[in-house]
Amino acid sequence: MKKLLREFTKGIFKENPIFFIVLGLCPTLAVSTSVNNAIGMSAAVIFVLVFSNVIISMMRNIIPDKIRIPCYIVVIASFVSIVEMVMKAYTPELDKALGVYVPLIVVNCIILGRAEAFASKNPVLPSFMDGLGMGVGFSLALLIISSIREVLGSGKFAGYAIPVAFEPASILILAPGALLVLGLLMGGIKWIKSLRS
Amino acid sequence: MADKFIVSSSPHFVKKESVASIMWTVNIALIPAGLIGIGIFGKAGAWLIAVCVFAAMATEYIIQKGRRQLITVSDGSAFMTGLLLAFNLPAHCPLWVGAFGSFFAIAIGKQAFGGLGRNIFNPALVGRAFLMAAWPKYLTVFNKPFVYDVVTQATPLSLLKEGKANSMVDMGLTYWDLLLGNKGGCLGEVCVLALLLGGIYLLYKKIITWHIPLSFILSVAIFTYIFKGDPLFHILSGGLALGAVFMATDYVTSPITKTGQVIFGVVCGLLTGVIRLWGGYPEGVCYAILIANTLVPLIDRFVKPRRYGMA
Repeated sequence: MKKLLREFTKGIFKENPIFFIVLGLCPTLAVSTSVNNAIGMSAAVIFVLVFSNVIISMMRNIIPDKIRIPCYIVVIASFVSIVEMVMKAYTPELDKALGVYVPLIVVNCIILGRAEAFASKNPVLPSFMDGLGMGVGFSLALLIISSIREVLGSGKFAGYAIPVAFEPASILILAPGALLVLGLLMGGIKWIKSLRS
Repeated sequence: MADKFIVSSSPHFVKKESVASIMWTVNIALIPAGLIGIGIFGKAGAWLIAVCVFAAMATEYIIQKGRRQLITVSDGSAFMTGLLLAFNLPAHCPLWVGAFGSFFAIAIGKQAFGGLGRNIFNPALVGRAFLMAAWPKYLTVFNKPFVYDVVTQATPLSLLKEGKANSMVDMGLTYWDLLLGNKGGCLGEVCVLALLLGGIYLLYKKIITWHIPLSFILSVAIFTYIFKGDPLFHILSGGLALGAVFMATDYVTSPITKTGQVIFGVVCGLLTGVIRLWGGYPEGVCYAILIANTLVPLIDRFVKPRRYGMA
């Protein structure tokens, strides 16, 4: 039980996919312009990550080693197709806002990385916890980045105007703002870590 | 006694030149352009310069203090960054915009890379590019010269870009207006004559060589001439003189060898021409220098001088 919990928490802090493993930056930078987009993307990624981890872990003994990556891709792509169809059916605005980044979850490094590094070597339950932890870690990072960018870049939070009068710096909702915020956050986390040790 | 006893490897030249003396010489060379800019746009320009310089130096001091480094605020490099940033802003832009730009220029453009000598990009231009992306509305409104009030006037280059005027006759300007600064534009860039005077002083003091400014300006002229522009108009308008003389020649962010400097100047000039003629912005000097800055390590490697006696 304790081990399972550790598989879950490692993805949130110690091995956070964005801040420490530095994977899956493309969607992180692209969809973090608003908190709503970030929440939608996070939900999609958690769903795909958890289920693909579980399925790949179940099939880990029957997947031939030489063609394992195509097998992973097929599994991941199935779940991404489900997400995409559900999104198109029930939240068309979100689908429009996220655009090509939903189908691109198929080649998201975090998901492929967890399949290769964890799910293909571990039983189902730890793989489930690993997927969930990594997904939550990704969501947390995305939420932090998108909050900073939306509040300072467009003066809103999750679509609602915040009641403090200042002039939003539009650079933060542009592409360089994403790189700036991510870089400064990574630097800040490293700095806090170095203070502790 | 101890600090007078310098132990170093040969050659043992003793020169009075230091980082501080070079930086302050450049700052002196910027004085005429600054004074004329204030004369053209009024005391708002003076406040902008003061705030930018103060913010740059304060940021440098706070960061160096916080990181327990040697405090080098007095060497004039932060002063120069603030001054150049102010020169690159419209005189009536809000003071907090200038202060924030200076903060960004020093904190992200310079100190985040490790301080003076380690920055990849010219810090003042990093500040300007940041402000341009963050609060574009303050950086694209220019004031009419000699009015000392908020009366806006488009720069010659933006008139050309928007197609509102295709020749200097349409703009009601002469080459003398462009040379002396009777035109809309940023605080320090309008008076080309004052900038050239500063440049000649720097050449005389051997702080800069002719390689970067001349190749930069000439390549802009040739490029615009080939593509049916008016080369003299393009030389005298926008921030070309300021950029070519004072910002492209920054020691840290330009190539070391003379050949490399000429290549660097030509790259800057071509990029400026491309942005001015076909780009989205009316003026391209700032981005041209920033892009060329990224090529500097490559240029330095490409034109490595042959060692004496080696094949």
